[in-house]
Amino acid sequence: MAHLLQTSFLPSSPCLRANPDRSSSSTSSPMVQISRRRSKTGGVVQAKIREIFMPALSSTMTEGKIVSWVKSEGEKLAKGESVVVVESDKADMDVETFYDGYLAAIMVEEGGVAAVGSAIALLAETEDEIEAARSKAAGSSSSASSSPAAASTAADPIPAEITAPPAASAPIAVTPVAKLASAVHPASDGGKRVVASPYAKKLAKELKVDLAAIAGSGPLGRIVAKDVEAAAAAPAPLAATTAAPPPAASPNVELGTVVPFTTMQGAVSRNMLESLSVPTFRVGYTITTDALDALYKKIKSKGVTMTALLAKATALALAKHPVVNSSCRDGNSFTYNSSINIAVAVAIDGGLITPVLQDADKSDIYSMSRKWKELVDKARAKQLQPHEYNTGTFTLSNLGMFGVDRFDAILPPGTGAIMAVGASQPTAVGTKDGRIGIKNQMQVNVTADHRVIYGADLAAFLQTLSKIIEDPKDLTF
Amino acid sequence: MQASLSLSVSNPAAIPRSSHGFESSIPFPSKPVNLRFCGLRREALGFSSASTYPLSTSRSSRSVARSNKVSASLGSANGSSSAPKSFDYDLIIIGAGVGGHGAALHAVEKGLKTAIVEGDVVGGTCVNRGCVPSKALLAVSGRMRELQNEHHLKALGLQVSAAGYDRQGVADHANNLAMKIRGNLTNSMKALGVDILTGFGAVLGPQKVKVGKDTVVTAKDIIIATGSVPFVPKGIEVDGKTVITSDHALKLEFVPDWIAIVGSGYIGLEFSDVYTALGSEVTFVEALDQLMPGFDPEIGKLAQRVLINPRKIDYHTGVFATKITPAKDGKPVTIELIDAKTKEPKETLEVDAALIATGRAPFTNGLGLENINVATQRGFIPVDERMRVIDSNGDLVPHLFCIGDANGKMMLAHAASAQGISVVEQLTGRDHVLNHLSIPAACFTHPEISMVGLTEPQAREKAELEGFEVAVAKTSFKANTKALAENEGEGLAKLIYRPDNGEILGVHIFGLHAADLIHEASNAIALGTRIQDLKLAVHAHPTLSEVLDELFKSAKVSL
Repeated sequence: MAHLLQTSFLPSSPCLRANPDRSSSSTSSPMVQISRRRSKTGGVVQAKIREIFMPALSSTMTEGKIVSWVKSEGEKLAKGESVVVVESDKADMDVETFYDGYLAAIMVEEGGVAAVGSAIALLAETEDEIEAARSKAAGSSSSASSSPAAASTAADPIPAEITAPPAASAPIAVTPVAKLASAVHPASDGGKRVVASPYAKKLAKELKVDLAAIAGSGPLGRIVAKDVEAAAAAPAPLAATTAAPPPAASPNVELGTVVPFTTMQGAVSRNMLESLSVPTFRVGYTITTDALDALYKKIKSKGVTMTALLAKATALALAKHPVVNSSCRDGNSFTYNSSINIAVAVAIDGGLITPVLQDADKSDIYSMSRKWKELVDKARAKQLQPHEYNTGTFTLSNLGMFGVDRFDAILPPGTGAIMAVGASQPTAVGTKDGRIGIKNQMQVNVTADHRVIYGADLAAFLQTLSKIIEDPKDLTF
Repeated sequence: MQASLSLSVSNPAAIPRSSHGFESSIPFPSKPVNLRFCGLRREALGFSSASTYPLSTSRSSRSVARSNKVSASLGSANGSSSAPKSFDYDLIIIGAGVGGHGAALHAVEKGLKTAIVEGDVVGGTCVNRGCVPSKALLAVSGRMRELQNEHHLKALGLQVSAAGYDRQGVADHANNLAMKIRGNLTNSMKALGVDILTGFGAVLGPQKVKVGKDTVVTAKDIIIATGSVPFVPKGIEVDGKTVITSDHALKLEFVPDWIAIVGSGYIGLEFSDVYTALGSEVTFVEALDQLMPGFDPEIGKLAQRVLINPRKIDYHTGVFATKITPAKDGKPVTIELIDAKTKEPKETLEVDAALIATGRAPFTNGLGLENINVATQRGFIPVDERMRVIDSNGDLVPHLFCIGDANGKMMLAHAASAQGISVVEQLTGRDHVLNHLSIPAACFTHPEISMVGLTEPQAREKAELEGFEVAVAKTSFKANTKALAENEGEGLAKLIYRPDNGEILGVHIFGLHAADLIHEASNAIALGTRIQDLKLAVHAHPTLSEVLDELFKSAKVSL
């Protein structure tokens, strides 16, 4: 007994409004359509709960962005009232309701994007049905919804477009841990009042950070934007409990089935295709890691990881070869990136993501190791914030743990180079004095954008890197 | 007052110069529109209209006095309340702001012997502490915005490395501009033979003005044009450093990290544009329930989405700031807020600075109004639609007029000037009533906002009352080639009109160069041009003016 659910909303036509900042691509005539959709629901009679669909506001519109919800959940709606403002390719339009009722559940938050015809909210006819509608909304966690962060630009590294976790379900709990640091300043009225600058408040809302738990570093202890950014990047204490599944998914897949891409796979696919437009080349190098291994053994107990050591070494080498840390986005110019942010590819359940160690040349190895652990935990819990995975300027990909001795990597669009790191293994090496010895060696292979980075650049960079790794005292400064 | 319409407006829309039917009977809006801006007429205007208007005989007492008929009788009439028989001047204007300047120039043009009294500096608020220096700051903020908008620059294919600014350099630019315009204004009056009398002016009696301590001058007619000062509500302590008014802010002595702006009208909005472009974060405190209460609601909503939401601005609406204490002894500026309706204490803000932009109060103290039995209303001098001053008995005071912010009809510099010109027209034998609905207003944010006539709710109210139909047409800047070439496609133009006869009731524009675009609409209102005629007018392509072209063309007039 499937029910025919019609959309209860249509845009109020004369309400043309221009977009805020982000303008959209194509133009079209502002044809206003009423979107209709058949929708099957479970057997229970839910006829009184109507879905609100993303309307097609123009003939070319395929998806729309929610600019703002005029009404909030639980509010009563009267026929003809505007409920939501939707941004199309031409303008922002108020969308009004066809029916009386209650806005039971918002399925796509402000800033979110939904495909035309997909449900963005539920409308309950009576107050009693609000609950039922909410559970329904929770059940069918909107496939179309994606947080604003997810719609990042193509210029980001590979996993940039990976859907961030549905915004509503993943608030980052920055709980009392951080509070220890908070100096009670005069403005806070003994902690009862939070004094945060307007931009800090905006960011906190965007990054879902609880201002009450942040220590302010601004004048008089006020919370400023960078405090919020720092808090958003700080460890999520509950991440440890969501013990990450092993990256290698057990092969219990049904053979012979066709599986549509997940959002993440779709994003990866698009990025991979885009990478084909960049002329890349590869340069390999063999680096002796005896000294590095020794150092690692020594400081492993302090929580230092091999990934952090490699990232640090790479960052120090990049500091001496800024061109390898540059990026070319438009084919006409390139940018010497001001900070060295090392992205490290991590396989996670159902995909790949590249958490970023920011300013890797400047942070010390111990805090970097801690940071890395935290990033991996967050990645597995799907709680990474966009700036934690799309700000990389150079990427590391390490398959050494599988015994892979060499491979090459695809350059993530928007960056200049990526380095594939193989396993370090005992190798018989001839030395200059004519003897043969055993040394641990690993092979690295850098893929770079030849529009900006030339062979000599990479060669010089790799030479520097090998010197740093072979004499790693600088890594622990 | 912060906004100046383009300096090249050579002839405010109010002066009918041709045979177009000018409806002098259009009533004023029942509620005075308290808009605050200013405009400045270019000095040394050539009024092309020759003074060949037939002199009206309805004012029999008013002989057309020429300067050569004025006899000197200075000092002979001390204290006596009887009107002097002969006069030092035909016209004395108290206050050399933009209103007084406009009146003086037109008076000379009409052959009146004219003096202008100024107790402070020539130019008044607009030139010295208002629209002129604020335009200098906004010019800087507009460029900073462009240079900081990487997304935008990239879309244009431009590469700019980090933009920065030198605060003193910016402040100097504003100050230099004010000085230059002030000089131009002074010179233009001197060149035309207007006597500039220095000292505070006060009305001593009918047709008699005291200048400074003891100089008495007589004139056949007197115009009061003393303007306004920033209004500071009770409980707010202005120290000029951390708690400031627009007067101080325009000097840009410091750029605070966080500034609260009390009042989200034009002044507040323009300063929020300046401060955020220079790196400050801004908190608005607005007593009404929504920001930008003076605007057409639709324009306000859009403006909020473009000018407020994406910027480093937050706001408290529906609250009064009851107490504001300047920063001292290492403590920040504190602002106590109460709910505007319940009067319950709501919150205390602590910020680096507070700008009080709650409007402007008329500057009418010490004008000697008691000598002529005139009582001000909340400081404003009551006038009729011809700017003639009304005394406490409700009678007109002969030979006394009041223009500009001091009468509160429309607190805009160019409105003051238009009123002054209207008065001079009357004095020289041509009855004239200024149509305030044809006076445009603009807010010079990025992008700009401009308007003329009624807002949609006002128009609908009027239509209800008078029983006519109202229709609305809109066009978007997104469809305009020039706007897209500039990559500034966000914007909306809105036309409110009568579909039965094609009369324009109001036009509101938000978008690139909106302040310059409005004049096509304001001139049409002033001249009574109907939409059906405007539809046939040709606009150059590709220009932003085509936004209005399209707007008029999209209106549906049933004729």
